[in-house]
Amino acid sequence: MGELRLMKGNEVIAEAAIRCGCDGYFGYPITPQSEVMETLMDREPWNETGMVVLQAESEIASIHMVYGAAASGKKVLTSSSSPGISLMAEGISYIAGSELPCLIVNVQRGGPGLGTIQPSQADYFQSTKGGGHGDYRLIVLAPSSVQEMNDFVELGFKLAFKYRNPAMILSDGAIGQMMEKVVLADYIPRLTTEEIDEKYGSWATNGRKPNRKPNIITSLEMDSGRMEVNNQRLQAKYAKMEEEEVLFEEIQCDDAEYILVAFGSSSRVCQKSVDIAREKGIKLGLLRPITLFPFPKKPIAALAKRVKGFLVVEMNAGQMVEDVQLAVGCGVPVKHFGRMGGIIPSPSEVVEALEHKLIGG
Amino acid sequence: MTEEIIIAGFGGQGVLSMGKILAYSGVMADQEVTWFPSYGPEMRGGTANVTVILSDNRISSPIINEFDTAIILNQQSMDKFEPMVKPGGVLIYDPNGIIHPPKRTDINIYKIEGTLIAAELGNVKTFNMVVLGAYLKAKPVVKMESVEKGLEKSLPARHHYLIPMNLEAVQKGYESLELVQAV
Repeated sequence: MGELRLMKGNEVIAEAAIRCGCDGYFGYPITPQSEVMETLMDREPWNETGMVVLQAESEIASIHMVYGAAASGKKVLTSSSSPGISLMAEGISYIAGSELPCLIVNVQRGGPGLGTIQPSQADYFQSTKGGGHGDYRLIVLAPSSVQEMNDFVELGFKLAFKYRNPAMILSDGAIGQMMEKVVLADYIPRLTTEEIDEKYGSWATNGRKPNRKPNIITSLEMDSGRMEVNNQRLQAKYAKMEEEEVLFEEIQCDDAEYILVAFGSSSRVCQKSVDIAREKGIKLGLLRPITLFPFPKKPIAALAKRVKGFLVVEMNAGQMVEDVQLAVGCGVPVKHFGRMGGIIPSPSEVVEALEHKLIGG
Repeated sequence: MTEEIIIAGFGGQGVLSMGKILAYSGVMADQEVTWFPSYGPEMRGGTANVTVILSDNRISSPIINEFDTAIILNQQSMDKFEPMVKPGGVLIYDPNGIIHPPKRTDINIYKIEGTLIAAELGNVKTFNMVVLGAYLKAKPVVKMESVEKGLEKSLPARHHYLIPMNLEAVQKGYESLELVQAV
């Protein structure tokens, strides 16, 4: 049993990174995620585990430091908030194209542009559909509590290394800034040079050994035939993720006639909406996607066979609703309710939207 | 038991740390807790507020628009949060700086002269602990020993010598709560 603490979501990301044997963090400050690097600098893990913590000159520099370190088989992460992630988009595409593992944490704020420092979920498209150029996908984990901020650091790295693909924790200012109880993980030692060699020697550029060919990390392939093969390999990997890595939570869905679909902090709001609706006699349930890519299409399609409608609740103008519509198909109404610009919907507001858009409509 | 509280006042009054100590007290009493602050430019000399939820069960929404208890420490917060107290709920306020006292007739209203008492105690910084004590009189959601443990946990060791003074302030607040209106 790990240590019980009361911590902010952002602080927990830092603590979890140290404890899971991370080799390095490269970042640049931005509200509302600055506590990640502040906590790391305060903890001075370079004295404890040897983990490197470096404030780069920009987000662009940070993500390329991650790119370089990941290429050598190291376990590295960066964190930022929406505008900073936009700056990183090119590097993220290169890391995905070069098939390297790393963890990127986005503590979302409202956009577009500089927008606001208040929480938002308007980076759903950016995280799950691209952001950078080319046909790539990130493994996207959406924590809804401070505990999950802790748990998804290790899970994110596990999946990133399993698939040699960047993983993202898509959080927001609310979960980053709030404090909750958290059970911290026990320490995992950092891998030694020999262990990295043994585990990742087939691809990592950590110094060529006499008995093997040089490893080359690149996303460049000038021959279109070979480039298509590279793309097919990526797509096969993404298909495997969709088969094997989908995570979701169902809350009171068993007898539900209507379903809310929400992730992250809006799913917390919706849990309360479910209670309010049930007090009013509305049989409401909540499906919470935990992986946004791969998206839980199958459980949503299964629910679509027996419920009267879906309301997708997001802190954006309607992004995940498109994936829910694709999973549901025709026949059952799928509506959207969202607040934007840093506003978090209230639980009763969600129930009113449900009554207005689905039950009464 | 679930208690949903808003603490609201000026930045610098110790609103966030009062919430933090209350949250830690809940942790010490083995409750589930959520502490959700307002953050950003509004904290620089403007209003600051924090939502604290203590519960025996898994906490759903950290963001709520009605509260079991509102602890209100300036006029702006009174204007904003008085309407958001649940009917039958509790409103506690420090009259210092309040021009328009609460008008609701369907809630329990208490007064705590936190600013005066903290000054009498000789340290105005204990203001938030006086108010915390008053709150615990109105709503005994955590025991005093949990508050003591909460203070130990939330203050760095170099500040532990301040704990007795803070506990005295909590006690004084506990004894000084005045009932204005009961429903």
